[in-house]
Amino acid sequence: MEKDSLRQVDLVLIGGSAGSLEVILRILPDLKYGLPFAIIIIIHRKSSFESTLTDLFGSRTGWLVKEAEEKEDILPGTIYVAPADYHLLIEDDRTLSLDFSEKILHSRPAIDATFQTAADVYKRSVAAFLLSGANADGSAGLHAVQKAGGLTIIQDPEEAEIKYMPVQALNKLTPDYILSKHKMAELINLLGNKG
Amino acid sequence: MFELKVVQDDEIKVLLNDLLELHGYDFTDYSKASLKRRINRLFTLDRFPSFAEFRYRLMHDAQYVRRFVEQITVPVTEMFRDPSFYKTLREEVLPVLGTYPVIRIWHAGCATGEEVYSMAILLKEANLLHKSLLYATDINPEVLERASNGIFPLNQMKQYSENYISSGGKQEFSSYYSAKYDMAKFEDSLSSKMIFSTHNLVSDRSFNEFQLILCRNVLIYFDRQLQTRVFELFTESLDNLGFLALGSKETLRFSAVAARFKAINAKEKIWRKIA
Repeated sequence: MEKDSLRQVDLVLIGGSAGSLEVILRILPDLKYGLPFAIIIIIHRKSSFESTLTDLFGSRTGWLVKEAEEKEDILPGTIYVAPADYHLLIEDDRTLSLDFSEKILHSRPAIDATFQTAADVYKRSVAAFLLSGANADGSAGLHAVQKAGGLTIIQDPEEAEIKYMPVQALNKLTPDYILSKHKMAELINLLGNKG
Repeated sequence: MFELKVVQDDEIKVLLNDLLELHGYDFTDYSKASLKRRINRLFTLDRFPSFAEFRYRLMHDAQYVRRFVEQITVPVTEMFRDPSFYKTLREEVLPVLGTYPVIRIWHAGCATGEEVYSMAILLKEANLLHKSLLYATDINPEVLERASNGIFPLNQMKQYSENYISSGGKQEFSSYYSAKYDMAKFEDSLSSKMIFSTHNLVSDRSFNEFQLILCRNVLIYFDRQLQTRVFELFTESLDNLGFLALGSKETLRFSAVAARFKAINAKEKIWRKIA
């Protein structure tokens, strides 16, 4: 992992579905402050869950946690949560945009949509985590991140609450890391060591 | 899942330029990320062997241009989407509209019309439909054709019925349509007050004055500059004290016309023109 501290990272993506909430809640309290990138979280859920999610994340970290808004600048030190029932896309000028097109693999927000557009814009300077889930969303997106030269991390399916999503991704690509949820915050903190 | 980079960025520019010059459709101020996904999706879906063939088809096949416009402009909509929004319309907006002798409502970017039918149901239940006119417009004629038929997939009705009830609906939702095979046909009394017409928010002007304009989940696809122009168009097309309703993630807040409007409550995206 040490070598990755030399990497320029401007954006960290975390995507997951069933069983991923607990992983994110484990990562957040261990994140250092002042890391030089933004974090975007895409998690599948019912729309009714909406407002509680940013509050819940906000209660576990000193980072600014907010729901992603359309046309908003992506700023370091901020955690953006994809709103329920919209796809969250990344624009060329590093702003966010929302999209209400068809669900992808029964999902909106779709992890693939955010990962793919982020890879397209941030290229090598993105790191993407794919966590537990009962759905194949995220594999294509993670593959796009890898092809663009970004860093890819998949939660160890052996410990994932639902291993389907990690396994689907592992069938499609060999990530840079297969990590336990206990190691993820450590890696994110390392990525911010560069400056 | 389709790949995002099948059609390259510079090729997309070429396509958009062709569409503007040959067919008069201006997508240049649309948000790029969504546009790029839609174009790559369509290219993959329609199995074009190469960009050249995609481009040729778009240059010469008017029927395919219609399909392109429909697919690029995201005709995804639902009945009574965001039930609390409709509840607010029922409780706070319709009582005001009821004081006008004729109620004119504009659904801008209505797609396949689900929201227009939802509105007609609200008006009917408030006993206002008989004196209302619902202008439903969209950039693309194909979806308007479908909207005017009032026929929607039957398998959506369970969800719509739940939305309807959460919005404060008291009737039996199924009393508004008749089921045939896998489709639901909504009653003609609802569509009798609807006027369907193509209208392009990018290039067309104001065509009437309204007491209520609804434009939900359309502006998210426009860049800031185009949003500003459309907000000006809406302001110009609203009566004094008319209402403007946007999608749940859209806002008037950052626009130049913001000072001329007042939000009617903190939660729903409904504003009233006050100046």
